[in-house]
Amino acid sequence: MSELETLESTLLAEIDATADEAAIEAVRVAALGKKGSVSELLKTLGGMSPEERQTRGAAINALKTRVTDAISARKAALKEAAIAERLKRETLDVSLPVRSSPTERGRIHPISQIVDEITAIFGDMGFAIAEGPDIETDYYNFTALNFPDGHPAREMHDTFFFKPDENGERKVLRTHTSPVQVRTMENQEPPIRIVIPGKTYRQDSDATHSPMFHQVEGLVVDKTANVANLRWVLEEFCKAFFEVSSVTMRFRPSFFPFTEPSFEVDIQCDRSGPIVKFGEGRDWMEILGCGMVHPNVLRAGGLDPDVYQGFAWGMGLDRIAMLKYGMPDLRDFFNADVRWMSHYGFRPLDMPTLFSGLSL
Amino acid sequence: MKFTLSWLKEHLDTDASLNEICERLTSIGLEVEDVDDRASFKPFVIAKILTAEKHPDADKLKVLSVDTGVGKPVQVVCGAPNARAGLIGAFAAPGTYVPGIDVTLSVGKIRGVESHGMMCSERELQMSDNHEGIIELPETAEVGTSFAAYAGLDDPLIEINLTPNRPDCTSVYGIARDLAASGLGTLKRLDEPAIKVDGETPVKVQLELGDAPELCPGFALRLVRGVKNGPSPEWLQKRLLSIGLRPINALVDITNYMTFDQGRPLHVFDAAKVSGNLTVRRAEGGETVLALDGRTYTLSPANVVISDDNGVESIAGVMGGEASGCDENTTDVLIESALWDPLNIAKTGRALGIITDARYRFERGVDPETMVSGLERATQLVLDLCGGVAAAVNVVGYQKPEAKRIAFPLSEVKRLTGIDVSDSDSIEILNRLGFAVEGSAPELQVSVPSWRPDVDGKADLVEEVLRIHGVDKVAPQPLERQASVNSRILTTIQIRTRQAKRALAARGMMEAVTWSFIAKPHAELFGGGAESLSLANPIAADMSDMRPSLLPGLLLAVQRNADRGIGDVAIFEVSGTYDNDRPEGQRRVAGGVRRGTATLAGAGRLWSNAAKGGGKPVDVYDAKADAIAVLEACGVPMSNVQFEQGGPSWYHPGRSGTIKMGPKIVLGSFGEFHPRTLEALDVSGALAGFEIYLDAMSEPKKKATKTKPALELSPFQAVKRDFAFIVDSTVEAGAVLKAAASADRKLVTGVSVFDVFEGASLSEGRKSIAIEVVIQPVERTLTDEDFEALTAKIIANVTKSTGGTLRA
Repeated sequence: MSELETLESTLLAEIDATADEAAIEAVRVAALGKKGSVSELLKTLGGMSPEERQTRGAAINALKTRVTDAISARKAALKEAAIAERLKRETLDVSLPVRSSPTERGRIHPISQIVDEITAIFGDMGFAIAEGPDIETDYYNFTALNFPDGHPAREMHDTFFFKPDENGERKVLRTHTSPVQVRTMENQEPPIRIVIPGKTYRQDSDATHSPMFHQVEGLVVDKTANVANLRWVLEEFCKAFFEVSSVTMRFRPSFFPFTEPSFEVDIQCDRSGPIVKFGEGRDWMEILGCGMVHPNVLRAGGLDPDVYQGFAWGMGLDRIAMLKYGMPDLRDFFNADVRWMSHYGFRPLDMPTLFSGLSL
Repeated sequence: MKFTLSWLKEHLDTDASLNEICERLTSIGLEVEDVDDRASFKPFVIAKILTAEKHPDADKLKVLSVDTGVGKPVQVVCGAPNARAGLIGAFAAPGTYVPGIDVTLSVGKIRGVESHGMMCSERELQMSDNHEGIIELPETAEVGTSFAAYAGLDDPLIEINLTPNRPDCTSVYGIARDLAASGLGTLKRLDEPAIKVDGETPVKVQLELGDAPELCPGFALRLVRGVKNGPSPEWLQKRLLSIGLRPINALVDITNYMTFDQGRPLHVFDAAKVSGNLTVRRAEGGETVLALDGRTYTLSPANVVISDDNGVESIAGVMGGEASGCDENTTDVLIESALWDPLNIAKTGRALGIITDARYRFERGVDPETMVSGLERATQLVLDLCGGVAAAVNVVGYQKPEAKRIAFPLSEVKRLTGIDVSDSDSIEILNRLGFAVEGSAPELQVSVPSWRPDVDGKADLVEEVLRIHGVDKVAPQPLERQASVNSRILTTIQIRTRQAKRALAARGMMEAVTWSFIAKPHAELFGGGAESLSLANPIAADMSDMRPSLLPGLLLAVQRNADRGIGDVAIFEVSGTYDNDRPEGQRRVAGGVRRGTATLAGAGRLWSNAAKGGGKPVDVYDAKADAIAVLEACGVPMSNVQFEQGGPSWYHPGRSGTIKMGPKIVLGSFGEFHPRTLEALDVSGALAGFEIYLDAMSEPKKKATKTKPALELSPFQAVKRDFAFIVDSTVEAGAVLKAAASADRKLVTGVSVFDVFEGASLSEGRKSIAIEVVIQPVERTLTDEDFEALTAKIIANVTKSTGGTLRA
């Protein structure tokens, strides 16, 4: 074995034996550095004859190339190994649980969600949302709505009263959202198209009655609004709200002091199962009351009933929430039980819109 | 209002089926609430006792062999004294539900002898109270056929939910009249009784109502002498029993019958017990009467009474008195038929807590024209059922009422309903309902019949036409759509309410809806409890006062969850609180409470944040962050918002803050709670809460353009510099930040606290506040000199305003 061959095999063995970048660098310096073994050999070329240089020079250069290549290959291999080692070291147990997003934990109460659903539907029909105070005068809650003093219809309401003031007047907790009808008529020229969601109060408590509950009321006043329009509005609302392609409604003559003619409206449904299904079935369920605004109510709102006319309707907000989403007991709405809220509540980013559908 | 099909057919000639009748009732506004087709009576059959032997082990029992018409005779054990061979009666087989005793029969052993059914008494079949023995039928009753059909127990019972505006349908006759008008049969004419009168009614009636004669617009009284009062005949008893009324005696039963059949409440006095003449007057304060229900009522001048020399004999229109009531010894009866003021009757009934069939009708309005005719009809019944001789009627105060007249343009029907009903159809409907129509289209003069006090104006007539014509004939017609895309429909407060809810829910909180009324001590604790916000008739003692704050309700709700074992809870509510009883006193508040470890990151322990202070109890800063989230969601410019140390009294004074906009506007408060608050509410645990007044925020300024201001980005790199100051421990970090920021409003674009440290290395009562200041060069890169000058200014500002020193 020649001298060159010996050197090459020694160097290649050294390169192979290196375990990290520092070691390979040391080998590189020892071989190819200024005073490296290969560099020293190259220096000897100057003192050689041209013939000798031709053969020996080529051999030394070839040696240099092979050693250089071996070093780069080893370097690359060591780097790969280092990365692999690092990655191995850095490995984490991704089965460990992470925190849920607050947007996933938070909940919107069904009442708020339903109000947004109603806003989306009636907004599309050109209605605004109106509100009024919970503490009302007897005038707005009853008298202006054509409940004569002492009329039995007042008794139907199981009113909460406040203590009489120095003038003997006693305020009430509004028993319905209808006072807002008159308040709106007093402040706004027709045409009026409003929807009034809000808290209402009656002295009653069982699975479907609560001393505090919610109603949503609608009012249209202009010069042409009639029963046929009322029917259309209610049918369109029910279809949109219950998210069914058709509903069958039955209007029955009824009585409310503030409307004339008055109707109760039943919706056809299937009540055979645990959940009421709309748009199918053969049962009827009463869902709302409505009618043409009574001339006396228009007058109380400062409008001439021979010029203006309109219709109004009202229904239980909690009730339609229960019908749509299946809560069995109204009282749970006000218990703030987080298990209930988590189950029946809505995620904050699930906002009802017409373009994405009311509910997901 | 309840009645049976056969009773209805007494007044209505119709071939319509039960189903058709019910559907029509509902469609004309007499909503059928319930129909009992009496199917439960179907299983009872007529059966004959073949043999009756003494029970081997019981003296009073017999063992019967009963022929039920099918198969072999069955063995029945029976205790009835009249059970005997040959008796024909009503048999119930095992499996039958017996309504009178609320039991479903099964095969049983009575003292060791098997019994396969039961022979029934009248009480067991709810036919009467008679339980002396089993039913006995004549020989003609056919064994094996339906007993219900034989005895009329298969008469369907209809119950309608009568709206308060329809006094005319508080009687079977009135309901028949309405059905006939709707075209479902013919109303049978009532016989006009011709009473043979003998002598005068000696008891006179005086109306002494002073300046309120309208309280009694008429009073008729008649004496019938020589009656024999006893149980009423079977047909009458059956009628009353069929609608759940208990037969008492013929005279009383007649008044009840007239009430339900004709809607004409009457009262009968035993003439022997009436002393002197009758006076209709207001009660004297404190006057008492023992009424027919056996209870003594204390009256006031708001109540109208009928009195004689003995005192009050009857509460007018509501309930008679016990003292002058009729019983089986009555021989002379005074029949009263009067008219009363509906409002007064309603108030009296309500004040005294008396609900009677008479009150029900008088407070709705009894047809005044039935005063005398109803008395005549009742007299005829008395003469027929009890015998006797009728005296002349004394009528006082009565004037035949003039019919209400309404000018009715027929076009109103189309105007209000949108459907076309021909003029002739409209007129025909009104006629059929008893309205007299004069004139011709386009405008009629309509006279309202005496039984329809609810009809006042044009709209009422439209309703009459519509309900008979058929409400379901109204086809839906689209409401005119606006010509353009809808603009914003929500008000600012509505938008803020919505934003606040979504923002808080997005922070992991759950929206609660709690009661608007809370316990008085709790209201007082949170600055409320004013007399004007206190309910006169709360549904429960702890729901008596309108809440001044959302916090007590939320704190209690959180505790209820904790009591169920869920201690880490974050809930909020956006709703009303009440400063006073005026509309402007109702605030719109967003409030929330966090308990336990329910922070924004999440509640409870988790491996990942154990090292980062996870599972740490909530504190004032969690509440502050929630409060700020609401303000930001509502678009409040935060640079104008100030945070002051200390909140309202219910908060921990050292761990709460008040949020203000300018010196006057309080936007809200936040903090941990005062130990006394928690004790008073009986709640415990780590708790922090906040309230933001959405109605206190100013209306956002209208912007001329939707374009946002141009974004100006500096080409020069921002530089961050850290400072630490040692200050007195009472110095607020906010003051340090404010002083640092004011060093150069243009260059200093951000200041934040990154460390607060108190410890032994600092002297007692001192703390270190470390801040990071962001310096953004605007026009040119800053030189070392520029930085030195700015740094010096920052240090000078902070030391000057806080008395602190730069930490070495």
